[in-house]
Amino acid sequence: MENFNIFIRSIFVDNMIFAYFLGMCSFLAVSKNVKTALGLGVAVTFMLVITLPVNYLLQTYVLSAGALSWLGPEYAQVDLSFLSLIVFIAVIASMTQLVEMAVEKYSPSLYASLGIFLPLIAVNCAILGGSLFMQQRDFGSVWTAVCAGGGWGLGWLLAITSLAAIRERLAQYSNIPAPLRGVGITFIITALMGIAFMSFLGIKI
Amino acid sequence: MAEKTSNKSVFFNPFSKDNPVVVQILGICSVLAVTAKLEPAIVMGLSVIAVLAFSNVIISILRNTIPTNIRIIVQLVVVAGLVVIVSQLLEAYAYDVSKQLSVFIGLIITNCILMGRLEAFAMGNRPWPSFLDGVGNGIGYTIILVIVGFFRELLGSGTLLGFQVVPQAFYDAGYVNNGLMILPPMALIVVACIIWVQRSLNKDLQEK
Repeated sequence: MENFNIFIRSIFVDNMIFAYFLGMCSFLAVSKNVKTALGLGVAVTFMLVITLPVNYLLQTYVLSAGALSWLGPEYAQVDLSFLSLIVFIAVIASMTQLVEMAVEKYSPSLYASLGIFLPLIAVNCAILGGSLFMQQRDFGSVWTAVCAGGGWGLGWLLAITSLAAIRERLAQYSNIPAPLRGVGITFIITALMGIAFMSFLGIKI
Repeated sequence: MAEKTSNKSVFFNPFSKDNPVVVQILGICSVLAVTAKLEPAIVMGLSVIAVLAFSNVIISILRNTIPTNIRIIVQLVVVAGLVVIVSQLLEAYAYDVSKQLSVFIGLIITNCILMGRLEAFAMGNRPWPSFLDGVGNGIGYTIILVIVGFFRELLGSGTLLGFQVVPQAFYDAGYVNNGLMILPPMALIVVACIIWVQRSLNKDLQEK
């Protein structure tokens, strides 16, 4: 039950975009139409669900202070936490490569639709941010990490898809001052959506 | 390309005309997250300048030996190594600020400015122009960070770098700090205003 709460929290209250502003670069760049936005959102969700538990296991059994004690008492003093950044980003980059190859082999149609986004995901702040938050918050088990990853991914998907939908309408029907066209107005829309999402902050689950 | 564009323009263009944040739209995440106060904004800016300059140099030296297939991983590892050094230094000498910045120092790794500059400039240029490009873009990023941080701290808390700026008499007369400015969405609005001003001045940047 607790894991389910964390899942819901991660979607709405701790939303990656509107609460932490992570993954903004691709959020702003790839939100011109709903279809590509949806594709990128699915890819990000997928990567978060995979990398978060892997990094959680590495964190618990290899990196954190005293984590190596299962190797024997003489390792109990070892603290490798200063390596965590490099390990996390290496896991994310290699997972991206791995997923890219697997998708290419088993589902060429999905690969064709996601193709260009997959390699870009390695440098999406939301993925690394997820792992770093996981490290900060001391999750209880692997399942918590999976649920949080899924929640953060879905929250990101929700945000980018809704922004893309608004921008599609905007491009057709509105007359924006020339200097604000494109990026400027997107920033303001995101800010307004962020303020709307703040209403979830009061919810305690 | 570097041979044609002078080192001077490589260094000064990112300040305004080719600013990484408001023109290239890179590295937005950290602009929004760390600018509620001026001090973390400045520290963050300095960290990014350091990491960007040195990773640009390292990648530029290595550019002919890196196999193209795995270049992203190589770049990430170089950047991650530098970021670890910066974050350890901050924890040692500026512990309070590094606590405030929390995960965002680590997130310099995935700051799009880094990948953008490494891909676009350092992979094709000699070390010295790459160094200038790194410092220039870092400064361009810091300028935006400082502007946003300045307005948010002044209007949101009435302080600058922790010192009270808005005099007590104002509060007695009924002035109230704008609590909304501290919330992250307002950073987006401030950046949007900067974009608005800048694109009104440079007409050729406007989108159709």
